Amino acid sequence: MKPRLLSVAAVLFVGAFAFPVYWTIASSFAPEARLFDVPPLLPTDGTLDHYRALLDPRQFWLPMRNSLIVSAATTALAICLGTPAAYALTRLTFRGRVPLLAGILAVSMLPQISLVPPLYLALRATHLINTYAGLVLPYLSFALPLSIWLLVGYFRQLPPEVEDAALVDGASRVQTLRYIVLPLAWPGIATAAIVTFLYCWNEFIFALSFTLGPERQTAPVAIALLRGRYQVPWGEILAAAVVITIPVVAVVVAFERRIVEGLTAGAMKG
Amino acid sequence: MPIALEGVSKVFPNGQIAVRDLTLEIGDGELLVLVGPSGCGKSTVLRLIAGLETPTSGRIVMDGRDMTSVPAHERDLAMVFQSYALYPHKSVADNLGFGLRMRGVERATIDQRVRAVAKALQIERLLPLKPAQLSGGQRQRVALGRAIVREPRAFLLDEPLSNLDPQLRFDTRTELAQLHRRLHATMIHVTHDQEEAMTLGDRIAVMRDGAAEQIAPPLEVYQRPANVFVATFVGSPKMNLFDVTATTGAGGALVLSGSGVFVDAPTRRIESGAPLLLGLRPRDITLVAPGQGDAVAQIDLIEPLGHEAVVHARIEGAGTEITLVAGVDQDLVPSTTIGLRFRREGIHLFRQDDGKRLS
Repeated sequence: MKPRLLSVAAVLFVGAFAFPVYWTIASSFAPEARLFDVPPLLPTDGTLDHYRALLDPRQFWLPMRNSLIVSAATTALAICLGTPAAYALTRLTFRGRVPLLAGILAVSMLPQISLVPPLYLALRATHLINTYAGLVLPYLSFALPLSIWLLVGYFRQLPPEVEDAALVDGASRVQTLRYIVLPLAWPGIATAAIVTFLYCWNEFIFALSFTLGPERQTAPVAIALLRGRYQVPWGEILAAAVVITIPVVAVVVAFERRIVEGLTAGAMKG
Repeated sequence: MPIALEGVSKVFPNGQIAVRDLTLEIGDGELLVLVGPSGCGKSTVLRLIAGLETPTSGRIVMDGRDMTSVPAHERDLAMVFQSYALYPHKSVADNLGFGLRMRGVERATIDQRVRAVAKALQIERLLPLKPAQLSGGQRQRVALGRAIVREPRAFLLDEPLSNLDPQLRFDTRTELAQLHRRLHATMIHVTHDQEEAMTLGDRIAVMRDGAAEQIAPPLEVYQRPANVFVATFVGSPKMNLFDVTATTGAGGALVLSGSGVFVDAPTRRIESGAPLLLGLRPRDITLVAPGQGDAVAQIDLIEPLGHEAVVHARIEGAGTEITLVAGVDQDLVPSTTIGLRFRREGIHLFRQDDGKRLS
């Protein structure tokens, strides 16, 4: 393809993704009366009304905080438990290793909605409904398999001879993991953590099913519940959409290089 | 430290038999070379000794103690890998010191020993660098240093020279031999290069299909190969082999004939009529005038090596190919007819059915 044609295609492609984002952002600053103007060009009379309404009477910072706590806790647990699990599944030979790996994959394939009734009963029995733990534990049902699979993929492409060298050098398996594997696998672990965090951040069904009130609701649930009986506050919903995107964008921008490295590692030598 | 393998076998989960019933003894301070074509199981033997693999059956004994189920990190051995396997995230100094650190040696002592070894290997300059900043030869020295600094009970070297360019390989080989003499350490060296095996080993074990075909000092392996495989694997250019039959000639003398070759049998312990393989190293054949030697041949191709030339020829009548080494002073051209004389002491005889040495 000619370079000029290529850049035109690239602009169109990026535009297709960027336009709705632009629309959302532009509209979130538009006054109520001009909310549905088409096309939503540069707002000349921008306003922060929607944001003010979102934060003050709606107290949207509360679900934001809940989301952050639940996602961070889930990610931390998934990585702390998933890393040794993934390492064992990659490097140790034990009976049932392959079925176990397949089982972990199968579990993560279950449609989330099918887990809601049993998990609800379990959480009610343990008095965990409407608690942080009541969200973190169910989140692990998808976060753990996800991080284990990402990490197994990463550990597999680390050179096994380097670990053999450490073992012969007198390091136990655990020391090898601590001093050799973890420092080398850091980009992969960072990638797994980011992807897991994003999954938790966007999760909706569990958060809707296992919380009762705004004190524990996460941001996606709070946004869905912004709809009133007689009217939909589109302005505030758009503002909320912008607000919950900010942490995601921040994380991705901060770790962009790591993510690309982690996802494409092993594709090239060196 | 003496190491012994007693009837060790290793079958991988996929059914591949890497080592079969291997019994091997390595004396204290000995340098044993395991040599064989790729896939013969020599690296697996090393990994079994290191504790990186567990034998399917058999015992591994070190210093009189059964170490078969002792994990790698408690065996106190050092290994140099073909890929060097340096820790990519650690500086050269930390690479060298890692093993000592894992053993709880004091910082000051580690520094001192790392420095001493770095000095001996002339890699002091490299201490602050990361492996990625080193050349292949430098990485190899660091890998060697990492093994030496630990003062292990034995060294396991897995093709440590095969990734070096020829000149460097030659120099490092000499250095390895000197190192062995200086340290008096038990060393097991794996290579596929028979020349490396010959020059380095106190004894060499020639392996094929997971079994040792012959374990003996290099000269004995060269002069009295136990079977056809060893005979053709060791020595360059390769030993010539001819199909011959023993017959009783005129006057009751036993003669060997076939493939255009006709010589008196070097030993009486051969049954008449037995099908044999006659082996003859290229350097045990001399050029004579046609009609004077043991065979007449026509030159196919000459490969000059500088100080000598490898001559490929074809025995007249039978058409058997034969390789010999000639001095460069002899004026040779392809298609000339030459006479060949076989050095009688250079004749090796093997049974045809199982390839075993006869005399």
